[in-house]
Amino acid sequence: MSEKFEGTENYIATEDLRIAVNAAMTLERPLLIKGEPGTGKTVLAEEVAKALNMRLITWHVKSTTKAQQGLYEYDAISRLRDSQLGDERVKDVRNYINRGKLWEAFDQEERVVLLIDEIDKADIEFPNDLLQELDRMEFFVYETGETIKAAKRPLVIITSNNEKELPDAFLRRCFFHYISFPDTETMSEIVKVHFPDIKDRLVKQALNSFYEVRDVPGLKKKPSTSELLDWLKLLMNEDIDPETLREKDNGKLIPPLHGALIKNEQDVHLFERLAFLARRERN
Amino acid sequence: MFVNFFHELKQANIPVSLREYLTLLEALDSDVIDRQVEDFYYLSRIALVKDERNLDKFDQVFGHVFKGLESSNDETMAQIPDDWLRSLTEKYLTEEEKQQIESLGGWEKIMEELQKRLEEQKERHEGGSKWIGTGGTSPFGADGYNPEGIRIGQKKGRHGKAVKVWDKREFKNLDDSVELGTRNIKVALRRLRKFAREGNPEILDLDDTIKSTAHAGYLDIKLIPERRNKVKVLVFFDIGGSMDGHIRLCEELFSAARMEFKNLEYFYFHNCLYEGVWKDNNRRFNEKMNTWDVLHKYSADYKVIFVGDASMSPYEVSYAGGSVEHWNEEAGGLWLQRVTEIYENAIWLNPTAERYWEHTPSLQMIKQIFSDRMYPLTIDGLDRAMRELSR
Repeated sequence: MSEKFEGTENYIATEDLRIAVNAAMTLERPLLIKGEPGTGKTVLAEEVAKALNMRLITWHVKSTTKAQQGLYEYDAISRLRDSQLGDERVKDVRNYINRGKLWEAFDQEERVVLLIDEIDKADIEFPNDLLQELDRMEFFVYETGETIKAAKRPLVIITSNNEKELPDAFLRRCFFHYISFPDTETMSEIVKVHFPDIKDRLVKQALNSFYEVRDVPGLKKKPSTSELLDWLKLLMNEDIDPETLREKDNGKLIPPLHGALIKNEQDVHLFERLAFLARRERN
Repeated sequence: MFVNFFHELKQANIPVSLREYLTLLEALDSDVIDRQVEDFYYLSRIALVKDERNLDKFDQVFGHVFKGLESSNDETMAQIPDDWLRSLTEKYLTEEEKQQIESLGGWEKIMEELQKRLEEQKERHEGGSKWIGTGGTSPFGADGYNPEGIRIGQKKGRHGKAVKVWDKREFKNLDDSVELGTRNIKVALRRLRKFAREGNPEILDLDDTIKSTAHAGYLDIKLIPERRNKVKVLVFFDIGGSMDGHIRLCEELFSAARMEFKNLEYFYFHNCLYEGVWKDNNRRFNEKMNTWDVLHKYSADYKVIFVGDASMSPYEVSYAGGSVEHWNEEAGGLWLQRVTEIYENAIWLNPTAERYWEHTPSLQMIKQIFSDRMYPLTIDGLDRAMRELSR
């Protein structure tokens, strides 16, 4: 494997993430990504695909998704109906097998990136049902008696929001990467990528208040990267002066346009209380 | 090659298996990384740790096993921490105080001592006169009033290359039992799932359809109801008094349980269960329900969870009239006894830390009534509790 993942112009990859992606690629193991919501788990797969010039096949998992749906589905109902109507297609069972995302990924001539998004949404048994398929990159179609084998083993990226614990046997086969919340330096790089002509001073002040908001104890929902980006966009649209962000001395604890950052009315109350206390202390 | 490291990880209760170890060796073989310590650290981390709760433990073991291993930017590392402490003192200490430090043996001595104590000390500490923490008189820590006091932990040194990556221990608050958010609780509560088909037939039963179609000679579609989580839960919350300190935890447990179980009933009580419980804490004195009615109304297949610190006067459990709020005809213990007799699956969740349990007599009594089915309100405790309940 000569090509190595180094991040792209749109996505800042930290050192550990780079190693994780490269290891998963070289050893052909699935890469499991966890992290706070909004740290760019799904975007990661897209960017890896872009950086390595590979096609991305995404399988969004929902609470009702079954492992079998990723392989193939046998549409017995249509066949049953066709048989009543005397349709010719009925003679070949292949006509009633719908390919799933895994099959699609195995079938490609070129190596692809297969993203299994939010695997924890599905039933607890879901990952176990995929063990063999991801390990050997092949599966058996009972209806036709053929074995589907990956021509080129795809790079499998799996994301999880931690709603359910994943089974040990499954974890043992994966590489694991936890996206920690970016520190100030990485964050300002991220901001630069998204808003190339933003003023340095605004970024600095905004990041200061952003991390202060995150550090407030007792927040129900900490704002994440995507919320910061939204907020910055708003700040730029409204043309807010960086100085106003610094006005904490005047008893303004809540940053302007906080609606983009704080999305829970209990949190807003918390801030109002804190601001009130801060004012009272000063007087 | 790294057998020692592997064993140390095992000893630290990180679930690593041979398979993962071999994967790591394979990865090293295939030149995924350059020969650098940091890269090795990252690689071994992604290969061996599969749960963010174990990341902190891993960092510690790594630091311990590869102690003395040179980091590639070693030189800056040795100097900066000392430097920023020095610069801080310049700001905070007067000339006089600086002289006092000299009298203690100077900077080198203090730094040496600090390092020693940091190594000895394992947990967060407050007050006291020796350990590092907040609010004490030790020379080390924040908010102290020793003239030699050094403010530690306020300055952010972690973005410089000063500290080795694994020594940063940035995954500290992901460790077990430290934070019990609603999400974690939900994961634990999910153990208590019992699927059953109930309600309107909505989804196709393929097997039955095929069978009856073959039987009837025409397409005969059969439907069955969808699978739903059918477990029924009855929760009793202790409220007020000594429970005030745990209110946040209980709130979280409650909201997680509300989301997870469709059939959830809850009642409040104070300290111990007596002849009356209530649903709305604001009107607790007006809208009390007879406990007998509650016990009769909910069938024996309900899973019962008590949430309370079980800390009260022992008389509340054992004697009639022991309640602090009203005259109770029958002892609290008797009521609890009745609950455990009616409901096969009943447990007690206790928000106080397990290590204090043996010091509270009332807690021991209640634990006995529940035949030891009392669990701490931590992730691990919840997990054990749900296992017990789903038996």
